Amino acid sequence: MASPAYPDSAVTVLEPGRSAAHYWRDLWRHRELLGFLAWRDIKVRYKQAVLGVAWAVIQPIITTVIFTVIFGHLARMPDGGIPYPLLVLAGLLPWQLFSTALANSSGSLVGNSNLISKIYFPRLIVPLAAISVSLMDFLIVLALFLGMSLWFGHVPTWHWLVMPGFLLLALALALGAGLWLTALTVKYRDFRFIVPFLIQIGVFISPIGFRTDYYPNWRPLMALNPMTGVIDGFRWCLLGGTQNLQPSSVILSASLSLTLVLSGLWFFRRTERSFADII
Amino acid sequence: MADPIIQVENLGKRYQLTHEIRHDTLRDTLSHGMRGLIRRWRNREPRSALEEFWALREVSFEINRGEVVGIIGRNGSGKSTLLKVLSRITEPTTGRVTLKGRVASLLEVGTGFHPELSGRENIYLNGAILGMSRMEIRRKFDEIVTFAEVERFLDTPVKRYSSGMYVRLAFAVAAHLDPEILIVDEVLAVGDIAFQKKCLGKMESASRKEGRTVLFVSHNLHAVRQLCRSALLLADGRVLEAGPCGHVLERYVQATDASAPHVPRPSPELRDQAYITALAIETLAGHPLHSAAVGQPWRVRVRLRLARPYRNFVVGIGLVTTDGVAAQTAWMPPVDIAAGDHEASFEQTVALQASTYTVIVGLSSDDQSIQQIEAGRLDISGDQPHGYYPLTSGAGVVLNSMTTSLRPV
Repeated sequence: MASPAYPDSAVTVLEPGRSAAHYWRDLWRHRELLGFLAWRDIKVRYKQAVLGVAWAVIQPIITTVIFTVIFGHLARMPDGGIPYPLLVLAGLLPWQLFSTALANSSGSLVGNSNLISKIYFPRLIVPLAAISVSLMDFLIVLALFLGMSLWFGHVPTWHWLVMPGFLLLALALALGAGLWLTALTVKYRDFRFIVPFLIQIGVFISPIGFRTDYYPNWRPLMALNPMTGVIDGFRWCLLGGTQNLQPSSVILSASLSLTLVLSGLWFFRRTERSFADII
Repeated sequence: MADPIIQVENLGKRYQLTHEIRHDTLRDTLSHGMRGLIRRWRNREPRSALEEFWALREVSFEINRGEVVGIIGRNGSGKSTLLKVLSRITEPTTGRVTLKGRVASLLEVGTGFHPELSGRENIYLNGAILGMSRMEIRRKFDEIVTFAEVERFLDTPVKRYSSGMYVRLAFAVAAHLDPEILIVDEVLAVGDIAFQKKCLGKMESASRKEGRTVLFVSHNLHAVRQLCRSALLLADGRVLEAGPCGHVLERYVQATDASAPHVPRPSPELRDQAYITALAIETLAGHPLHSAAVGQPWRVRVRLRLARPYRNFVVGIGLVTTDGVAAQTAWMPPVDIAAGDHEASFEQTVALQASTYTVIVGLSSDDQSIQQIEAGRLDISGDQPHGYYPLTSGAGVVLNSMTTSLRPV
């Protein structure tokens, strides 16, 4: 009668402050819901768009063309022997993943308020599902990059194998910031306006259209932006190590993302129990 | 025998009300906080306490395995809060709840339905949201589709469904949940009568055959009576009465007696026009009536005060079921009427189906509405007498079937 995930003997005790007790066990039990919510968002996203998946490709292509013209042709920034479009797309790939993941996750709780006020499940599922949706776009653009890179005669090297590490780093950054922002948005809708602003600034201060290794003087300053380490890392992986990697910026990104995720989790868990009351 | 599956001990839920001040934006919070700080610093006045509101207080009860328990109470008595605490949507402030088994709650029909997705996709999505595993949904898929009667529209986005189809599909998913404890909030208030019956039947059989425990909140006393063996009456966040269903319902009706029928004070504008001063729902002998048997005659007497004469003056009455279906409407023939006090009487001539009805009384003149009030509730219950064909509440509106009279007093 009971599904395997819920043994008959399961006894739930509800007490003030007790919601912490079985949180991670509950999260694991609801993993299918995580999948369904992500699947719903992906499905809905492409359902009414005539061009469907093509949108995920059109956007990065146009951005790549614009950045190539501005940075490669007008500003004549050094490319180090890499076709400029490839250079741009390698940087755009992690940036787009980060910005969509951040935008999706920070709006996720308010966007699912009907669920939150009517059904119990570990609320962490909502931002997690929102973030996994951005992975879908990432994979599509990654395929685009692979095609382009082969067309330019760049065969993937072993460096590609390190890429998942930087992928995780970008996701962790987005999740950490997203947890803070989505929990804050439940109470203060102001934070909805902060995210587009952050992303807009990020486009300008992140090295998306140019490589950082030709500007040694600026590198320490740029490294303060946690996305610099991620973008440098992606270029290093996807362009076969032709752009040297600055360990300090990667370490900085990693430690910042760890801090963000841990503090984000702490804040989210602390405020979670009142979500249904104030959303 | 005693095998409590739900134990609630001394449960309390407090909300904090902030009057007038809603900090919906950060700016509000900041500015309010700053002002408070300055005020405190200047006057050393203690920070004004937020008003506390206990939606639930010292609630204790036990429910045994396989029981179907109705939770009744007036609006704001704490029913919904209790359900929210039991379904783990919100945390209690005090006390303790022990639930032995898998809980599924149905506080709304079609939670998480997405209009763009097809019926098939929504079955999976909604099932997952309600706590079913993918395997479970796949196993019950055909049964759900048959129950909902939407076979032909499985691949149509639900935004193109009629509201009836939508509700049927949503309820069908919920009805196929297999929890040990099912919590249902007033969801039967939607959908057509035939489908409501089907759902009630499904819930009934679930508890009887499979030993499922059901908590059922409803305004429809008839449905509670039909479905539940025991009931819990809440008032102002406390348990007023618990025990056998009939006993608790009686207590509920008594508790509502004191205040109903309820006639609101007229607004200043109405004082210069016409308004209802008193109202009684009673037997033909003139005894107050709050629950009647099917087919038992009854009447509504309305006292009015007219500040000036009116042309084409009409007194009307409407009976609405708890699910919002207008069951009966009756009005007086239009008359030219003098100022002063009058009494209108409506005598029921058709038998209504068992349900709880809200009585609405309205005044109008020359087709212009003057006043309309929700006057009270009438609970009609019991079996249909033999050879008697009562009107089904969903069958549509019965027009002008009452015997009416209007005279000055």
